[in-house]
Amino acid sequence: MQVYLDNNATTMVDPLVVEAMLPYFSEQYGNPNSLHKFGTSSHPALAKAIDQVYTALNASDNDDIVFTSCATESNNWVLQSVFSDLIVNGDKNHMVTTEVEHPSVLATCRFLEEQGVKVTYLPVNEQGVVEAHTVRSFITDKTALVSVMWASNETGMIFPIKEIGEICKEKGVLFHSDGVQAIGKIPVDLQSLHVDFVSMSAHKFHGPKGVGALYIRNSQKLTPFLHGGEHMGGRRSGTLNVPFIVGMGKAIELATTNIEETAAKIRAKRDRLEDAITQISDTMIVGDRENRTPNTILISVKGVEGESMLWDLNKGEIGASTGSACASEELEANTVMLAIGADNELAHTGIRLSLSRFTTDAEIDYAISHFQNAVKRLRSISSSYATQQPTKGGEAKDCELHHH
Amino acid sequence: MAKADMLGESLWDAYSNKVTTLMNNPQHQGEISEAEAESRGNKLIVADFGAESCGDAVRLYWEIDPTNDKIVNSKFKSFGCGTAIASSDIMTELCIGKTVDEAVKITNIDVEFALRDDPDTPAVPPQKMHCSVMAYDVIKKAAGLYKGVDAESFEEEIIVCECARVSLSTLREVIRLNDLTTIEQITDYTKAGGFCKSCIKPGGHEEREWYLVDILRDTRKEMDEEKMKAAADAGATGDFANMTLVQQIKAVDAVIDESVRQFLIMDGGDMEVIDIKKGDEYIDIYIRYLGACNGCASSATGTLYAIESTLKEKLSKNIRVLPI
Repeated sequence: MQVYLDNNATTMVDPLVVEAMLPYFSEQYGNPNSLHKFGTSSHPALAKAIDQVYTALNASDNDDIVFTSCATESNNWVLQSVFSDLIVNGDKNHMVTTEVEHPSVLATCRFLEEQGVKVTYLPVNEQGVVEAHTVRSFITDKTALVSVMWASNETGMIFPIKEIGEICKEKGVLFHSDGVQAIGKIPVDLQSLHVDFVSMSAHKFHGPKGVGALYIRNSQKLTPFLHGGEHMGGRRSGTLNVPFIVGMGKAIELATTNIEETAAKIRAKRDRLEDAITQISDTMIVGDRENRTPNTILISVKGVEGESMLWDLNKGEIGASTGSACASEELEANTVMLAIGADNELAHTGIRLSLSRFTTDAEIDYAISHFQNAVKRLRSISSSYATQQPTKGGEAKDCELHHH
Repeated sequence: MAKADMLGESLWDAYSNKVTTLMNNPQHQGEISEAEAESRGNKLIVADFGAESCGDAVRLYWEIDPTNDKIVNSKFKSFGCGTAIASSDIMTELCIGKTVDEAVKITNIDVEFALRDDPDTPAVPPQKMHCSVMAYDVIKKAAGLYKGVDAESFEEEIIVCECARVSLSTLREVIRLNDLTTIEQITDYTKAGGFCKSCIKPGGHEEREWYLVDILRDTRKEMDEEKMKAAADAGATGDFANMTLVQQIKAVDAVIDESVRQFLIMDGGDMEVIDIKKGDEYIDIYIRYLGACNGCASSATGTLYAIESTLKEKLSKNIRVLPI
């Protein structure tokens, strides 16, 4: 059996989504901007996809939802265009974000800092969540934008978007949320709260990779990021990616229809998995599960380094993820893990398991058994569980320098 | 960056078969108890290096025959990634059968080499070279405990880059000899900084005592100071060719003031030094005539010859004077 528990990284494309996309590759392949029937024949499908996305998010007809190539593009667009509109061509000079954002927000903020923008990176509490009152205390009259993710990719923790939205509205500051990990996992109703911009990505809810969107409240000003022809009402140029937009529409419809019911089913499996693996001694879960996306577990397993754990899970054909520095290309400690603080060990022992609506009970049973075996084997090798104590003087100090 | 970098290599695919095999089934993981060692008349040494909070930790066990200092048995326990576990395992194997004095010579490079499937292909990707360094450190610590000396006493020199084992003295020498000005050049010449990158600048994977950026800056500063000092000496001893530009201008002005200007002024003229350019063969001094000299018939012949020969005599025979 193989078990995919890395659905916060990407998801399987739902076969129903693939089916909806197929006619728009080799049958109805016209450019929707063309006047002839080859072009216009895809319009009904595009209109349907647009309807599906608006309905899924309960967006108002006065709002814009612009298809992009991915959420990284959507995030870059908001940050860089607000920089251009309100900082370069305005009197603002400050942005507020959090320490735990996705790299497409953090790296863009660092780039903007090089251009002279002041950026405040808000800390998170021990639950891994930014508190709304913290956001309030850092907004100044020079603040152009607040950008706070809707839910964390690492922990699944859900941020107080409604409260932050109210603060931003009161202060007259633009509010952007990276909604990638929330949309399709928890109900998102854009008319029930105040947020100016929301980024999303289809491949996180069983749609194809390479298509995302940006929600723009009330069709407000935001200078285009990609300049060119007059596509998407002039907001985002580039020939419409018809099959992928159709796929995104279908995917978001499937993910959000009866979302409470689907989420409850995923959560039941997640809770069963979580309850079983927390039976293992010396484990810790990050974040209260009442305030978490229903599919995510971030667990720290004492004495077992994250990459080793992934290695053993992979041998059992289980795909998971770790924030461990050792598993990254640059050996950089995971910023989310470090931001949660508590202890450094989490940065090296954290394992993320993320389910989907396709995860089965049999897969959960299999994963529980392999998880237990992997911990058992790796702890049998681990120095953290050795019994013979070091020779006097042979103890290690915490993180000593390599000699001298 | 090039085509090969467009799709990053999968970390695990770059591991040698030996690393994979030992990670899956380490041969020497386990413990040796005090009682076991004693029952065989041997001495047990147990040394730790690293900690869970740093991301990797190893405990090394040596059972040593006190009659000949030979390591007759060795085991390890490790908290770490696959490379750390495989490195610890092969390190243990390399220790068995050696005397403590022999074992202390094992470096992380030996450990990495022993993990290779073939001698020309690294056992792990560059950023994982670092994992074998701990093996080197824990051996020094165990040897220090056995011999009752400080682990640092086994260090003959200061190692700046652990992964490639490049010493401070080597780095300073290579920067000087090859007139290196960038970190990339240092990595090209010595491999230092080419692996886990911790030694390049603060803020990397691991805190270091020495960083390449500081060594480069300090060495360049020393080199500049030496150059200045050499120039100052040149000024003091009248070695015109090796003076700095400022010194040369001052020297030329001094000669003009002392031996030339008074004669030009007598004829209602004057001159000024515009620039000095050092070529391979000549040192060209550009001058401009002022007052009556400007346009005077002999300014391009006799006067010019007089100025040039005075400067040649007093400063350097390679001087050419060029009026503009």
